[in-house]
Amino acid sequence: MYRHSVEIIENKKIASNIYKMTIISNHVAQTANPGQFIHIKIPYDESLLLRRPISINGVNRDQNLVDIVYQVVGKGTKILSHLVTGEKLDILGPLGRGFWIPKGTKKIYIVGGGCGVAPIRFIGERWNHLDITSFLGFRGQSWAYQIDEFEKFSIKVFLSSDDGSIGFKGPIISLLDKQLSIDKPDLIMACGPIHMIKALQKTLIKYDIPCQISLEERMGCGIGGCLVCTCAIGSKNNWNYKKVCTHGPVFWSEEVILDGEFETKC
Amino acid sequence: MENLKLNVNVAGVHFKNPLIAASGTFGFGLEYKDYIDLNQLGGISVTGLTLEPRKGNPPPRIVETPSGILNSVGLQNPGVEYFIESVLPELKQYNTIIIANINGNSLDEYCHMASRLQQADIHMLELNLSCPNVKQGGVSFGTDPKMVYSITKAVKKHSYQPLVVKLTPNVTDITEIALAAQQGGADAISLVNTFLGMAIDVKTRRPVLGNITGGLSGPAIKPIALRMVWQVSKVVDIPIIGMGGIMTGQEVVEFLLAGATAVSVGTANLVSPNSMIEILNELKNYMVNNKIFDIHELIGGLIV
Repeated sequence: MYRHSVEIIENKKIASNIYKMTIISNHVAQTANPGQFIHIKIPYDESLLLRRPISINGVNRDQNLVDIVYQVVGKGTKILSHLVTGEKLDILGPLGRGFWIPKGTKKIYIVGGGCGVAPIRFIGERWNHLDITSFLGFRGQSWAYQIDEFEKFSIKVFLSSDDGSIGFKGPIISLLDKQLSIDKPDLIMACGPIHMIKALQKTLIKYDIPCQISLEERMGCGIGGCLVCTCAIGSKNNWNYKKVCTHGPVFWSEEVILDGEFETKC
Repeated sequence: MENLKLNVNVAGVHFKNPLIAASGTFGFGLEYKDYIDLNQLGGISVTGLTLEPRKGNPPPRIVETPSGILNSVGLQNPGVEYFIESVLPELKQYNTIIIANINGNSLDEYCHMASRLQQADIHMLELNLSCPNVKQGGVSFGTDPKMVYSITKAVKKHSYQPLVVKLTPNVTDITEIALAAQQGGADAISLVNTFLGMAIDVKTRRPVLGNITGGLSGPAIKPIALRMVWQVSKVVDIPIIGMGGIMTGQEVVEFLLAGATAVSVGTANLVSPNSMIEILNELKNYMVNNKIFDIHELIGGLIV
């Protein structure tokens, strides 16, 4: 049964409006892959019907611990932020198709922006035998988190912020672009806000490097039944709405159509 | 608990219990097979089918509202041919009633689909005259009693399986529409589909949904749905499949008391994939605790 009740081990603020929760789940810890998510029922308020999809930040297989990192954006995540050690959560997961390493991959660049830094950490933790360079973008110093974790598995960590309070002042994709012009990896993996993903897609036009991106969309069931979390996947002239929850959330960057310049049949 | 009689008969179709997965919330059922035993369900109304494959509406397609959900999927589906050839064979391995929910842009399309499904191994046909998320057909057919009558009558001629007509609640007088469906030859009626609604993001000043408006479902609409089922049950002679925000076994009982012979569960499936099994167990517990051994003791049992 993928739906199960889990106990909260720790829940703490790690940056401005950003929290890290550790839960104990044998099933998720043993089976989850980077890029996958858990679907959390919000306790204490039955009017909040939908589960919240939160990506997995890392696992400890020895102790069956699972870390998730989330930003408080509304009522549901606010309730999550108030939960304490020992309380229980009703979760589904791990769900979705995560990142994967194609055969022969040796060197990877991993790119995270804001909340999207969280799932990227799991990549480095799981595939730390690879040659990893990290690119992390935050709004500013007070929003930054887990940089020390990235330093553990990265050859180098590039940082940027909107206000320049940490690292380079400007978009993280500008730093990535500069680095790509010097040295190219076998694969790029990224997660972040939509404007970051769009900038990444634009940058990639110049380089012939495969890139996997993790998408976020408003979600319903989480298991492919309700068709609400869709994204246009394919090419300009031949695309379809695919489900972010089960076909994704990770897709090849080149097949994700985000610019909305397409017509729907309805 | 094993002695409970839960089976109901809707227009000659035998359901082992009155719980049906509502169209559009349960995919083709197979998406849920790893989470629940589909054999335990009374029936499955598959995701809304159209004659040709349909892409559906641009995202975002869902937003949570107080005790409810607004959706604007727009009937994304691979088309009726694909359903018959590639989905139905696997779905038929389960012992549950299969209802094909059909949607057309025109009278001809509805008839064409009903004809195509005549030879298909389904138990019932659900004529969806109530989708609020498409520009042609859907709710625009379902709000006009004359149109409901003529489409029902035409499709009935082309259909082999018992015909359920699914009604929209976005009308002034639901009984008028229900009677039109009955006069047109409907074998049963299902109600209600979602209520047309919208949500606005005040930061961006834009609608939250890509389609601007969407259909509201969930506990927020339950009292209105229940009232409509009760009103319709007083005027029609054909069986009713009641739905609208059912989350618990207790609420199934409410719809049965109001006059429904069976119920559909929709939004609850989005909350948890095994919701229907929990609801079924709650229904059984209610019956045991209240010494009701046959579900028929509840149907239409409202005391007023």
